[in-house]
Amino acid sequence: MTLSFLIYKIILVVVVFAVTLVVAMYSTYAERKVAAFLQDRIGPNRAGPFGILQPLADGIKMFMKEEVIPGASNKALFIIGPSLVLLTACMTGVVIPWGSPLIIDGTVYPLQITDVNIGILYLFGVISLGVYGIMIGGWASNNKYSLLGAIRASSQMISYEVAMGLSIIALVMTTGTLSLSQIAEQQHGWHWNVLVQPLGFFIFIICAFAETNRAPFDLPECETELVGGYHTEYSSMKLGFFLFAEYINMFISSAVIATFYFGGYNMPFIERFVQDPNWLAILGVVFLFMKIVFFIFVFMWVRWTLPRFRYDQLMNLGWKILIPLSLLNIVITGAVMMREEIFQLLFK
Amino acid sequence: MITTYLFYFLSFLAIMFALMVVFSKNPVHSVLYLVLTFFTIAGHYVLLNAQFLAAVHIIVYAGAIMVLFLFVIMLLNLNKETEPHKSVWLKASAAVASGLLLVVLVGSLKSAETIVATNAFDPNIGLIENLGKVLFSEFLLPFEVSSVLLLVAMVGAVMLGKRSIK
Repeated sequence: MTLSFLIYKIILVVVVFAVTLVVAMYSTYAERKVAAFLQDRIGPNRAGPFGILQPLADGIKMFMKEEVIPGASNKALFIIGPSLVLLTACMTGVVIPWGSPLIIDGTVYPLQITDVNIGILYLFGVISLGVYGIMIGGWASNNKYSLLGAIRASSQMISYEVAMGLSIIALVMTTGTLSLSQIAEQQHGWHWNVLVQPLGFFIFIICAFAETNRAPFDLPECETELVGGYHTEYSSMKLGFFLFAEYINMFISSAVIATFYFGGYNMPFIERFVQDPNWLAILGVVFLFMKIVFFIFVFMWVRWTLPRFRYDQLMNLGWKILIPLSLLNIVITGAVMMREEIFQLLFK
Repeated sequence: MITTYLFYFLSFLAIMFALMVVFSKNPVHSVLYLVLTFFTIAGHYVLLNAQFLAAVHIIVYAGAIMVLFLFVIMLLNLNKETEPHKSVWLKASAAVASGLLLVVLVGSLKSAETIVATNAFDPNIGLIENLGKVLFSEFLLPFEVSSVLLLVAMVGAVMLGKRSIK
């Protein structure tokens, strides 16, 4: 652990953090543009050319608005709630491999903040903590709609975590590792996991929609039933934190989906054109971000296309369809992996 | 050296948060302090190089079980008015009983022999590969039996949750 290594890590942390925030900021702009495109409108076009400064204007508006803390609320928890939501959203970017390692003067600089050997479990732990911010915020508001929204959010997130975990178990069975950098490395060329685990990918992406509280699973903040859901009582930047965390979660989920199932920073046939490993690493980052942008678009596309589920339908989908399907996926994966042993047992 | 300091720091936090669980008036605060206590215990696991155990501890206890606790307590909306009033006699007897329990615990700890580890400590035992190998070879039967135990508990909960049994 030399000093230069430490400085490199600190720079990497700051860069990842800044990029996460900027991407999330421009996702809000992209969301409005995509919505406008899908509804045959123009969308924001006043602030700057093509409305490119709109996120900045929104941010300034959020900061300048009056801050209201309800008199009957639990003040400390009311403030801790949105802070926790944003904190857990920012914590997940740590284990994602953004590119293959850079080699400068014989020193290897991995483009990943930390390669813990239980990366998937870390990711899962942080996701499971994300629900606390919403629950605390919803309860501390001392409002029936907020509480109902918080309870909906937590039960939905817990239910879909089960199916998500089971779909990842099938992935771990084929990859044989819990480290995200090794999973990304294994998918070199055309060996993308989505070809091995198509069912697992579908379950994972549905659960990712539910975990980020995005439509068609945005029941915790369903306007027609719950006013604003868990953030009914929030105003100013505290509301902004809740809304912003959703976009950060969307970015991170897209990065995780790309890393788990779509090759991460790998792109087939690229070695034929570029040989230098450093250029490959930089191009890998570009490819990963292309995949991420595509998945963010899918998130928005689905939101502006599908209607919202009813709450009982949501629970039925989670417990009665996705969990049995993911269990089936595990059984099939195991059977295919042990096919030779099974054949020997049956026919010899 | 730094692990020793970390150990004392985490232990101090763990004990402090555990006391806050008992002493805080608001049940929601108690649950949140309990979550923090679990975090410090997970930190102890990391110090022992048992990363898998630490991660699973966070996922299962902090991420699932405590969320359900919080869920129930928020729905019940416990506060001062709904708290049952206990008589002085009940409080006194509780103090005496728990004091006796403390005496028993201290006495048994005092007469206990120091345990000597028979196997040499392997710092890699907590890593997920080694843990998996041990669980699925040496401790296969207890591992599988505990899964049956969880299944029984789940079936029992479903049975109790049903309104009428046909």
